[in-house]
Amino acid sequence: MTCLPSASGKKLGLVIDLDICVGCQACVVNCKEWNTAGYGAPLADINPYGDNPSGAWLNRVHAFEAGKGADARVVHFPKSCLHCEDAPCVTVCPTGASYKREEDGIVLVNEDSCIGCGLCAWSCPYGAREMDPAEGVMKKCTLCVDRIYNEHLAEEDRVPACVRTCPTSARHFGDLGDPDSDVSQLVAARGGYDLMPEQNTKPVNKYLPPRPRPRHEIEDVDLVSMAKKTTPKGFWKWLDQALDQLPG
Amino acid sequence: MPDDKNLNLSPKPSDRIAKTTCYMCACRCGINVHMKGDEIRYIEGNRDHPVNQGVLCAKGSAGIMQHLSPARLRSPLKRVGKRGEGKFAAISWDEAMEMATSWLKPIRENDPKKLAFFTGRDQSQALTGWWAQQFGTPNFAAHGGFCSVNMAAAGIYTIGGAFWEFGSPDWDRTELFLMFGVAEDHDSNPLKMGLGKLKERGIRTISINPVQTGYSAVADDWVGITPGTDGLLIMSLIHVLMKTGQIDLDYLMRYTNAPWLVIRNPGQADDGLFLRDKDNKPQVIDTKTGKTVAFDTPGIRPKLKAEIKVKSGGMATPSFMLMVDEWLDETYTPEATEDRTGVSASRVYGLAKSIADAAFSREVVINEPWVDWKGERHETMIGRPVSMHAMRGISAHSNGFQTCRALHILQILIGSVESPGGFRFKPPYPKPAHIHPRPAGKADQVKANTPLAGAPLGYVLSPDDLLVDADGTPSRIDKAYSWDAPLSAHGLMHMVISNAYAGDPYTVDVLFMYMANMAWNSSMNTRGVIDMLTETDPETGEYRIPKIIYSDAYSSEMVAYADLILPDTTYLERHDCISLLDRPICEPDAVADAIRWPVVEPDRDVRGFQSVLLDLGARLGLPGMVDDAGKPLYADYADYMTNHQRKPGIGPLAGFRGSDGTNAGRGAPNTNQIQQYIENGGFWSEELPENARFFKMANSHYQDFAVRMGFFDKPEPYVFQIYSEELQKFKLAAEGHGKVQPPDHMRDQIKTCFTPLPVWYEPFEGSAVDAKTYPIHALTQRPMAMYHSWGSQNPWLRQIHGHNPLFIPGNLARSLDVTDGDWVWVESHHGKIKVPVAVMEGINPNTVWTWNAIGKRRGAWQLDKDAPESRKGFLLNHLIHELLPMKGDGLRWANSDPITGQAAWYDLKVNITKAEAGDHPVIEPDFPVIAAPPDMPERPDVLRYGDTIIAQEIAQNKKGENQ
Repeated sequence: MTCLPSASGKKLGLVIDLDICVGCQACVVNCKEWNTAGYGAPLADINPYGDNPSGAWLNRVHAFEAGKGADARVVHFPKSCLHCEDAPCVTVCPTGASYKREEDGIVLVNEDSCIGCGLCAWSCPYGAREMDPAEGVMKKCTLCVDRIYNEHLAEEDRVPACVRTCPTSARHFGDLGDPDSDVSQLVAARGGYDLMPEQNTKPVNKYLPPRPRPRHEIEDVDLVSMAKKTTPKGFWKWLDQALDQLPG
Repeated sequence: MPDDKNLNLSPKPSDRIAKTTCYMCACRCGINVHMKGDEIRYIEGNRDHPVNQGVLCAKGSAGIMQHLSPARLRSPLKRVGKRGEGKFAAISWDEAMEMATSWLKPIRENDPKKLAFFTGRDQSQALTGWWAQQFGTPNFAAHGGFCSVNMAAAGIYTIGGAFWEFGSPDWDRTELFLMFGVAEDHDSNPLKMGLGKLKERGIRTISINPVQTGYSAVADDWVGITPGTDGLLIMSLIHVLMKTGQIDLDYLMRYTNAPWLVIRNPGQADDGLFLRDKDNKPQVIDTKTGKTVAFDTPGIRPKLKAEIKVKSGGMATPSFMLMVDEWLDETYTPEATEDRTGVSASRVYGLAKSIADAAFSREVVINEPWVDWKGERHETMIGRPVSMHAMRGISAHSNGFQTCRALHILQILIGSVESPGGFRFKPPYPKPAHIHPRPAGKADQVKANTPLAGAPLGYVLSPDDLLVDADGTPSRIDKAYSWDAPLSAHGLMHMVISNAYAGDPYTVDVLFMYMANMAWNSSMNTRGVIDMLTETDPETGEYRIPKIIYSDAYSSEMVAYADLILPDTTYLERHDCISLLDRPICEPDAVADAIRWPVVEPDRDVRGFQSVLLDLGARLGLPGMVDDAGKPLYADYADYMTNHQRKPGIGPLAGFRGSDGTNAGRGAPNTNQIQQYIENGGFWSEELPENARFFKMANSHYQDFAVRMGFFDKPEPYVFQIYSEELQKFKLAAEGHGKVQPPDHMRDQIKTCFTPLPVWYEPFEGSAVDAKTYPIHALTQRPMAMYHSWGSQNPWLRQIHGHNPLFIPGNLARSLDVTDGDWVWVESHHGKIKVPVAVMEGINPNTVWTWNAIGKRRGAWQLDKDAPESRKGFLLNHLIHELLPMKGDGLRWANSDPITGQAAWYDLKVNITKAEAGDHPVIEPDFPVIAAPPDMPERPDVLRYGDTIIAQEIAQNKKGENQ
């Protein structure tokens, strides 16, 4: 049993906009690319050229269809660790390897202490942790902790790799503990929500729901009736009038 | 807080950053390659680059794995077994080059057309096309004929450019965005960035696509149209917009040929041609004076409605009147089109209303004075903020050319091309057909030891420009620019092997290809093509296609079918130029080009194909590649990029020209040019003047800029060609006029399809097969995380797309009683495949689809023979034939657009039945394992990329701590 830190003000996390995620997987691969040579052991791939390739990833995008028939909509759902305030993956860890940073709320795994028991993955209601198939240690999103404070990177690049690379700007990074931060404002404006709040994990990451999409089968009375009534002769009459109204 | 020794918040991400250009797809984004020692640590988007502005897609982010692939070829290879057996011997480059030279030299000395040189997904066509020209063969093209030539050619002939590299939506100003048949690939990052911007601004997006994935999934409105009917929907929209007066008359008069007088003289040779004056200028009637004057007379206001007598016979009216006659016809009412398109009439009215509202109620005005081509000053730039983008979904049909033309005409009618908020050209476009050269390669232009008189690819303007001899026989092996495909601006790569095999119109001695997987996913009728590559002439024992030279970086399916392999480098090991002479990477506000340069050196005996080609050219003594003494002019491609001049002052790279590197566009070669590109981030860019940014086709400031940059030698303003006189000339020929005449059996088809205003006709395969036997449309979409066959060997990307089910609509699944993971037979007129299914609601109810080019042949690409790509990954190609079924006239017609020859991939019609899965279900046909080339490395069982980099980092840290 590992203890969570007493709540601190800073809560770093991601805000993911489901209205614009096109499911391109850029964040998924760029995350793998940055993190395989970064913090902790490489993100291994087993059978990489074989009959059943698999590997450890810190971020995945799931695509599914919600609704039936004409109301069905394809949803692309990126999912990584949500850096919960009440992270069950931390409290369940028997060795103290899984921990939540007091200074910014990031949940990490100290791989030197990780025994690969998998309890944390089992306790995570989001399925956001993956066992490294070669190293036997638990892997998870670090919010690119080796980027966001990195003095070797330009200020604008001190964001998680997934945020920097996202082509549609569907991913945002910031302090969700600060109600005035850009990400908090965005969550407030767009009705950002917690994933599975009933689990009481208090996730820091937030999702922005798809904006309402009004159906546009408008029967615009003027246009439809005009189109139905207009004859070629009527068209030429309109043309003459329209040409007369043009300047010069 | 635990003591996490691994945690270093500030590791140094790289020793150095090399800025070059991505090649994981055709987008050509700028990348920062972070190097740690000799290893690649990380690849990210280059923030300064005009194409991607810092972002990078999944493919680009997986570049490390592409670069390190065990499928990389290792040395030149010569075939020692039979074709297809995959038995090769490694040879030296000297031997390889001597062999290639010995095969090609006699061809050039006797009959250069016996070389067919086709270069697939080549990004160096300015070089490869020129090489073919210097060799003297007309038989050159890249992959456009089986990709999207309908889109490109329709754009060039109608407005002077198409989508993607030709132009872009005005993302910052548009008020409505429509996508037609956009399959998530082209252009990858810019489109996603643009959609992000629109969402940010709350702008409505509409996607017209039979399948609701990717961009369609986030669109505000998804219109699940029936494949092949986009043209009908577009003309229905035109019908409603015209009928309700929602068109921009001022724009039509100024910037289009709507006022040009068309002769109406039925049955005569001038019927449907423009009335021209003695200077050959098209005529209009001036409203103010009532006089007939040249269209470019300053100060006139041309009439859109008029009728005059023509002295030589017949009448003449503005082409606008023909448009009204055509599109106000009841055929195009939404009520008349809804059954065929699957788009309800009310939805069509809704779309038309949205377009009209955005265009005319939300006009964009930029306060930027400018002077047009006639010298008239405008105080503002007025825009119709409706933008559109389209791709292969509408073009890969046998009615694709006319559909693409119709889409551009829709854009024109509302005044949204090159106006603020609409669709904007990227320099050096707009560039209409008449400014492009005509194709060279008529029979009398192909001579021994002689370069062609011009480039093999170009734009024909009339039947006189066709590459056919007096009896109509095509000059080219692919029959491009013949009556089979008169406007085939990109050639017909997909017909080369079948024509060469059949000796129709003639046989070739050598087939030379680059980056084209013709023995697999790039061919229709894959099995048949493999047979054509391996069949011998029983009399001589020689292969029907006697010699095949192939260059590729990887062990693709095609390798086993070549006789000589010239191994290419990966994209991080090579020089390249992303040239304005080729497919440019400019943005609407800036002209730009870029390079690739060797970020890492090859660890294999491989060479960049372009350097090899220049070497081969020098060995053959090709003019322009050797000096007067016969010595090579260029050491390699980098040398060519720097020093080659297409004409004085114009070279492959437009930036940093002149001896001191300060010139842009024009200037003498600069020996330091590549270094200056590298220092500038791998690209060069220069912004257009503010007053040159819109109405480029008619904007004197832009035209002057274009001349300064070297796009043209003199200003080339022009007006959009809604009415196509070029097509009318072909139609007249089919009616018997003119000296270049089509074969009789083709006259009816030409009369039907080559209409000067776009028409819609049913896709050929749909009308050739029985709709009851084959009721379902089948097509592919390109996954965003995968691109052609290059990606599916990539150990990261193949975990995302390792196999491809057939997605079938819920209604069909229920009627077949199948669910996810079940297997079905899919049968076309040509073939039958057995595949797994996944059920999806967001599909047109009469359509099935799958991801493109994931299926691999067992043994290829250095993947395990039981890779999911082979067991559960499949190609629709096995169902598609390059010819249509017999239709009772004893002929088999091409499964292509009759105007451009574009392969009609998406015309496919199928029947689907439930299949027994069996115990070990595997897709059918299940091709035998193909042998790998010799000396390929072992496939690792475990990949731990970055372990040595991490170890290095830890060692450095320890060293730092100890000090």
